Amino acid sequence: MAYLELNNIYKTYGEGENSTEVLSNINLTMDEGEFVAIVGFTGSGKTTLVNLINGLLQPTSGEVLFKGVPVTDTSHERGVIFQNYSLLPWLTVGQNIYMAVKEAFPKDSKKVLMERVKEYVAMVSLSPAINKRPKELSGGMRQRVAVARALAMNPEMIIMDEPLGALDALTRGNLQDEILNIWSKDKRTALLITNDVDEGIYMADRIIPLKPGPNATLGPEFKINIERPRDKTAMNDNPEYKKTRNAIIEYLMDIGDERKTVSDVEYKLPELTPKSFVA
Amino acid sequence: MEQEMVLKKEKSMSTNFKQILAKLTPSIKKDGIMKSLKNTGITLLSILLFLGLWHMGSKALYNKEADYKIEKALTERGEEAAAAERACIASGDSSCQPNTLPSPSQVWASLKSLVADHHVISADKAAFAEKMAATNEKMIAAGKDPIVYTGRASFIDIVLTSIKTVFAGFLLALLIAVPIGIIIGLSPSLRSAFNWFIQIFKPVSPVVWYLLVFMIVKTLYIGDSSDNAFVISFISVGFCAMWATLVNTAMGVASVDKDYINVAKVLKLGTFQKVFKVILPSSLPLIFTGLRITLSVAWMVLIAIELLAQSQGLGLFVWEEFQNGANDSNAKIIVAMFVIGIIGFLLDRLMLAVQNMVSFNKNEMA
Ligand SMILES: Nc1ncnc2c1ncn2[C@@H]1O[C@H](COP(=O)(O)OP(=O)(O)OP(=O)(O)O)[C@@H](O)[C@H]1O
Ligand SMILES: [Mg+2]
Repeated sequence: MAYLELNNIYKTYGEGENSTEVLSNINLTMDEGEFVAIVGFTGSGKTTLVNLINGLLQPTSGEVLFKGVPVTDTSHERGVIFQNYSLLPWLTVGQNIYMAVKEAFPKDSKKVLMERVKEYVAMVSLSPAINKRPKELSGGMRQRVAVARALAMNPEMIIMDEPLGALDALTRGNLQDEILNIWSKDKRTALLITNDVDEGIYMADRIIPLKPGPNATLGPEFKINIERPRDKTAMNDNPEYKKTRNAIIEYLMDIGDERKTVSDVEYKLPELTPKSFVA
Repeated sequence: MEQEMVLKKEKSMSTNFKQILAKLTPSIKKDGIMKSLKNTGITLLSILLFLGLWHMGSKALYNKEADYKIEKALTERGEEAAAAERACIASGDSSCQPNTLPSPSQVWASLKSLVADHHVISADKAAFAEKMAATNEKMIAAGKDPIVYTGRASFIDIVLTSIKTVFAGFLLALLIAVPIGIIIGLSPSLRSAFNWFIQIFKPVSPVVWYLLVFMIVKTLYIGDSSDNAFVISFISVGFCAMWATLVNTAMGVASVDKDYINVAKVLKLGTFQKVFKVILPSSLPLIFTGLRITLSVAWMVLIAIELLAQSQGLGLFVWEEFQNGANDSNAKIIVAMFVIGIIGFLLDRLMLAVQNMVSFNKNEMA
C-alpha cells in the first residue's frame, strides 16, 4: 500500500459559468520515506494541489488516500509550510510556534513545550527575534518561522509549498540542509513544491513537473539517482546531475512554449459581484 | 608659538565637535520642533480669530436687539420711555438687557459663577450630611432608607451624571453588541437572519428609542417610586449607540483572513481556541473602531435623551436654562456646549488610545 495516493483528482473552483477546472486528472503515489518535488509555473495550481493533500480542500472528483484512508480533514500527521507564511500577526515568533506545539503535544508541560519552541527557533537561527512580531521581521525571517512552526509539530509527512522562495542563497542552502536532516534522521516523508529545479534536484528523490493550468496535470517524473548525502559543489560535476537537470529544463521550456501559444486565446473574465455584508 | 599651536588645536577640536554634534542631531529634529511650534501658533491664532469673530458677532446681535427695544419703546410709549430704555440698557441693569448670543467674556463669567456655585452647593451638602449623620445612623439601624440631600445639583454634578450615563450606556452597548456581533459573524445563516433586524433598527432616532425604553422600563418599575430617569436614559443611549459595534464586530469576525483560518485548521484548534485565539484577535481592530464610533454616538445622543428622560445631566441642564430665560441662561448654555464638545473630544482620544494599544498593526492605523 502506498503511503500517499492521489487517484484521478479533478479540482474545479467556482460554479456554473464562472467555474474553472484548475487541476485535471492528477495521479500520484508516494512511498513512506520518499522525498518528492513538484515543479511548476506560477498560477498552475500548486497551492491547490497542496491543500488537497493536507486536507484543507476536497477534490471535485477523485480521491486522496493517506495511508489507505481518504483525506477528509487536516491532521497533525501532515505538517504544512504555507507559501505565504500565514503567521498570526498578533503573536510573537515564540507564541506562534508555541501555539502549534501545544496542539501537537497536548500532554507535555509548559516547560517542555517552551524548550521545544526555543530549539526550533534556534534551528532557523531566529533566537534573537523570538519575542518579535511578524511585522518586525523580513520576508525571509517570516518564512523561517513558518518552517520552524511546521517542523516543531513533528509531523510524519512534511508538505512544503515553496517554503524557501523569499530567502537568499546562503540561508536557503542552510535551511535545505536542515529540512533534509530532519527528513532523513526521523524517516519522514516529504513533498516539496518549488519553482527552483536545482533545489528539487538537490533535495528530492523524484521531480514531477506540473503542467501550466487551467486543467493542469502532472507530467512525466524524473528520478534523481544521486547518492545521499549530496554535496552541492561536487554535484555540479556529476554527469547524472547535468543530464537530469538538462532534461527537466528542456521539458519545462517545451511546456512553457506551449503555454505561450495557448495564451493567445482571449479569456472571458468572470463577472464578479461585490459581497454584501451586514451593514 | 607653542601656545598658539595649542589654541589652534583646541579650535579645530571644537569645530570638529560641532560637526559631530550637527551630525548627531539630525536636522529633522530641528524641523520637527519648528513645525510643532508653527502648528501651535496656527492653532492659537485660529482660536483668537474665532473669539474675535464671536465677540463681534455677539456685539452686532446685541446692538440689533437693543436698537429694536428702544425703537419699540419710542413708538409705543413715546420719547421719554425710549430715553429711559436707552439709559437702562447702557447702565447694564439686568431687567432690560437684550437676551441674545452671549459674548466670550459673558460665557467666561458664567463658567466662573457655575464653578463658584458648585463650591457653595458642595459646602451645603457637607453641612447637610453632618447634620443628618446621627439621624441617618438611626434610620439605617432601624432598617429604613437614610435621608439624602435633594437640593439643586451643581454644574459639576450634572457633568458627572452625564459622563456616568454615557459610560453605563456604552458598557451596555458593548455587552450586547460584541457577543451578538461575534455570534452572527461566525454564522452566515444567522447573519442573514439578523440582517433585516439590524437594517430596520439601526436608523431609528434617539427619541424613538427613548420612548420604547420608557414604555418598557416604566412597566418594569411599576409600583416603585424611585427615580428611574437614569436607568431609562442609559439604556436608551446604549440601544442608540450599539449598532456601529454590532455591525463592525460581525464584519470583523466574518472577514477574518483565510490564511489565519487555514492555520487554525492545520493546527487543529478546537472551536473555542479558534474563536478566542484566532478569530477574535484578528477582528479586534475592527471591533474597536466600532466601539469608538459607539462612544461618540452615545455622547451625541445623550443630550437629547437626558432632556426627554428628565435625567439630571447636561441635556436637561441646557433645556432648563433655555426655558428659564434668565439673564445669564444663554451664557450657561454656551458653557455647556463647550463642555459637551471638549468631553466628547477627550472620550474620542481615549478610545483612539485604547484602539492603538490593542491593534497589532499599529502603522496601519490612523
Ligand atoms: N479559492 C479560489 N477560488 C477561485 N479560484 C482560485 C482559488 N484559489 C486559486 N484559484 C485559482 O486557481 C489557480 C491556481 O491557483 P494556485 O494558488 O493553486 O496556484 P499556484 O501554482 O500555487 O500559484 P503560485 O505559484 O503563484 O503560488 C489560479 O488561477 C487561481 O486564480
Ligand atoms: Mg501557490
